[in-house]
Order: sequence, then C-alpha cells, then structure tokens
Amino acid sequence: MRGVFDIVGPIMIGPSSSHTAGAARLGLMAGKILGEPVAKAEILLHGSFARTYRGHGTDKALIGGLLGFSPEDERIRDALDIAKERGLDYSFAPVDLGDAHPNTAVFVLTGINGRKITVGGASVGGGNIEVRNIDSFQIALTGQYPSLIIVHTDKPGVIRDISDVLAKHRVNIAFMRVFRRNRGQQAMMIIETDEELTEDIIQDCRSTGVIENAFAVPAI
Amino acid sequence: MVNFNSIKELIELAKENKTTIGKITMEYEMEHSFDSKEHMLKSMEDNWRVMQESIERGVSNKDKSLSGLTGGDAIKIYAHRDNSYTGKTVMTAAASAVGVSEVNAVMGRIVACPTAGSCGIVPAAIKTAAEKNNNTEEEIVDALFTAAGIGLVIEANASIAGAYGGCQAECGTAAGMAAGAMVQLAGGTPDQVGHAVALAIKNLLGLACDPVAGLVEVPCVKRNGFVAVHSMVAADMALAGVESVIPVDEVIDAMDRIGRSLPRTVKETAEGGLALTKTGKEISKRVFG
Ligand code: SF4
Repeated sequence: MRGVFDIVGPIMIGPSSSHTAGAARLGLMAGKILGEPVAKAEILLHGSFARTYRGHGTDKALIGGLLGFSPEDERIRDALDIAKERGLDYSFAPVDLGDAHPNTAVFVLTGINGRKITVGGASVGGGNIEVRNIDSFQIALTGQYPSLIIVHTDKPGVIRDISDVLAKHRVNIAFMRVFRRNRGQQAMMIIETDEELTEDIIQDCRSTGVIENAFAVPAI
Repeated sequence: MVNFNSIKELIELAKENKTTIGKITMEYEMEHSFDSKEHMLKSMEDNWRVMQESIERGVSNKDKSLSGLTGGDAIKIYAHRDNSYTGKTVMTAAASAVGVSEVNAVMGRIVACPTAGSCGIVPAAIKTAAEKNNNTEEEIVDALFTAAGIGLVIEANASIAGAYGGCQAECGTAAGMAAGAMVQLAGGTPDQVGHAVALAIKNLLGLACDPVAGLVEVPCVKRNGFVAVHSMVAADMALAGVESVIPVDEVIDAMDRIGRSLPRTVKETAEGGLALTKTGKEISKRVFG
C-alpha cells in the first residue's frame, strides 16, 4: 500500500498529476542534476507529452521545474514568462523514442557556467517520476531520497572507497546501483541515502582520487 | 503493528479500540512511514488549508482554463444557490466542488484527493459537513484521515486511477471517501461510515472516463459538483440507518472487476464516449490542431 498522503494529497498545481505535477518534478530534478541555474534548455517530448503538452500546461510545468519551482508553486502558471525574464532560453520539440514511457521528456541543458548535461525521464503516474538517463548512462532515479551521483572508471575498490566516506559521515545507504556501459570503462554509481548529502561529503568523495566526478542531488 | 486490507478490518479496529477509522489510519501511517504524529497532523492541516483556499478561490473564479473549455461556472452556481430547487446547502456544495475543480483546470493550487481530476469532491463535502455540525479543526483533520483510510483500501483492492478503472475509480473513490468522512463528522458510527462508502460507490459503478481532448475538464469539472452532492445523499442515507445490502468490501471488489472489464476506450484514452462525439472531436482539433 502507498501512504495516506498519496491519497489525500499531494498539494499540487493542476490540472494533471502526470502531465503537470510530474512534469514539474522532472524539470526540478533535471535542474538539480545540472547543479547550476539553467541558461539554455532544449526539451524533447515523447508520446502523450508530445501530443498534449499545451492543454495540460506540461510546457509550463517542465520549465517551472527547471526554474526551481516545486509542483505546488503557483508561479508554474507563468513559468514561460518568468523564464524569458530570467534569460532562460528554451525550446520544445517532439521526438519519437519508440516504446519509451508515453510521458517522457529529454532535457538537453546548458548551465550559466557552461556545464552541459542531457537528462531523460518519465512521469510515471500520480506525480511520481523516474529519471532514466543521464548523458548516455541508463539509470533509474526517483528523487524520493537524497542521491549521490558518482562518475568513475569501472574498477575494483571504488565502491568500497565511496562507502567508506559515507560511513565516516554516518550516512545510511538506502539503495545503491552501478550502471556501466562496458567492463572497465566509464561507469555511473547512484547512491540513494537516508540523510542529506553535504558539500563536505562530496569533497571527501572527490579527494578519494578514484573518481572523475561526484555530485549530490537533493530529494525533491 | 496496525494493518488492514479491507474496510471491514478498519471498522473492526475502530470499534475494538473505541476510536475512529481516522485514528486507526493515522496509526497505520505512523508505523509504516516512520513519520511523527505531529508532522502528520501538520501535513493534514496543510492539506485542509489548501482545500479551503481552493474552495474560496473556486466559487469566485472567473479565469478560463488553457483550452478555454471550463472556468466561470462555479461562480454561477454559487450565485443561484438561494433560488435553487435543491436548496442552499446542496448548491453551495456543488459550487464548491466545481470551483475547486476549476482551480485545478486553470493551473491553480489544489490537493489531489484521491486524484487531481476528482479534487473537488472531498473538500466540498467536508466543508458542508463541518459547517452544519460546527466541527472543530481536529475533527476535520480526523475525518480527512478517515477518508484517506478508505482511499487506501480502495487503491489496494481496486484502483484510484481512471486509466485503470474508469471514472468510478477516481470520482467513485472520492465519493466513498467523502461520504464516509461526512458520516463521521456527524457523529455516525464506523459501521455507518462503511455503509455510506458502499452506497456512494455502488451508485457510480461503471462510470466511464472519457474526457474530451484528454483534458481533465469535460466532463470532469462539473462531475465534481454532481458527485459531491451524490456523496452527501449517501452520507444522509447511512446516517438515517439505511444499510447497503452488498457489504462495502464486496462493492469494492465489484468495482475492481468492472474496471478490468471496461473497454480501454473509456479508460482515460480519450478514444471513446464523450471524447468521440462530434463536438468532442472538434474541440480536440481546435486545442491540439
Ligand atoms: S472522467 Fe477521467 S479524467 Fe475526468 S475525473 Fe473522471 S477519471 Fe478523471
């Protein structure tokens, strides 16, 4: 069974939990993964998102999320105007991703400091989301927990070093998965935790010297 | 550990512990979510506050939805309430439910209950009951937990999503939740809550989900008004001592079976029913090209 507040709740901006609230969470998550304010966003819409986004305000919700608005923030309604005011350059285009979830969006983002990332995810119902791609990694991330994302080379010992850092900071691991393309190549580790992830923890992960990059994504 | 898989179990637990279904539901949630009682009460108070705000905004709403299909009806119903056949209380409830649903359609803030499409029913019913009975905020919050308990059982044994069960799953579930909450707010027994849920759902079994252009507007917005009133009648019947011949959990099973056998054209695909009418198709064309 799900929880009481999935039945009476969530508090959200209408009209649709999947096409509006879920879309806002997807945008929010993509923005957090980028880790800096968005300067440019090309958003590709697949399936039902592509066909019906205007009627449900999906475009406003996706952009609102990128601007950092939560699914219950009334500014979502005016998100496109606010994006223009803030100089966020956005565009939407339909895309055919085959049998991907019908409510899928792919964000091709550039941050104000030049960071680039591609994030793909689906609004899977009831306002819940799942991020399914970061750059070319196929992953799974729900945003229900604070998450630590680590890019590293697939080799023995990395997982131990990173979990040592977390243990030292008394952070409990809820879920942990490693996604790799091929043995011995670049891999992505996603660790969902019960506690918030501080900047100290990220720094300690980086200074293990065994990884390429680490960043934290808060629960949303 | 508190556990329940049926409305009957919820009722029995409430009776054994001489308490309400809401308190049992809260206990259940506390044990399963590791949330504190204070925080849960606060979250439910927040829900109630947003519900009230959405009613207030709803009955005076003049905004139109993105498609232009809805917006501005709640205010008309509200203005008509003194001259109505059904009387002021009923019309106020209808206006409130339509109003909340309009707020949803114009991208305002609502509480999904259980879904965004059915978000007007429970708030309108609870407000009506609370005004008549002079209920305290504590009682209202407890009634919202009761509504949530009912919804949890329905979700576990049938569905609360139009895409799986048709509109009986969304507005039918909301009707059951609303009727049960209203009975409790009037001081009815847990058994009467169960009968109200059964009566409310029974009379919405088989309801199609066929929204025009796939938008949560037609028939959804006005349906919220009808179903709020429907749940009031169910609550009144149960409080009067009327019992459902079919026990409530069997009604929920029936809802599940009907939901599975409904064709997919009337399960939120916008490929059947009202969505396929001449006007429905024209609207779809106008909105989406
Ligand atoms: S008709 Fe469908 S979309 Fe509209 S309220 Fe009912 S279940 Fe929701």
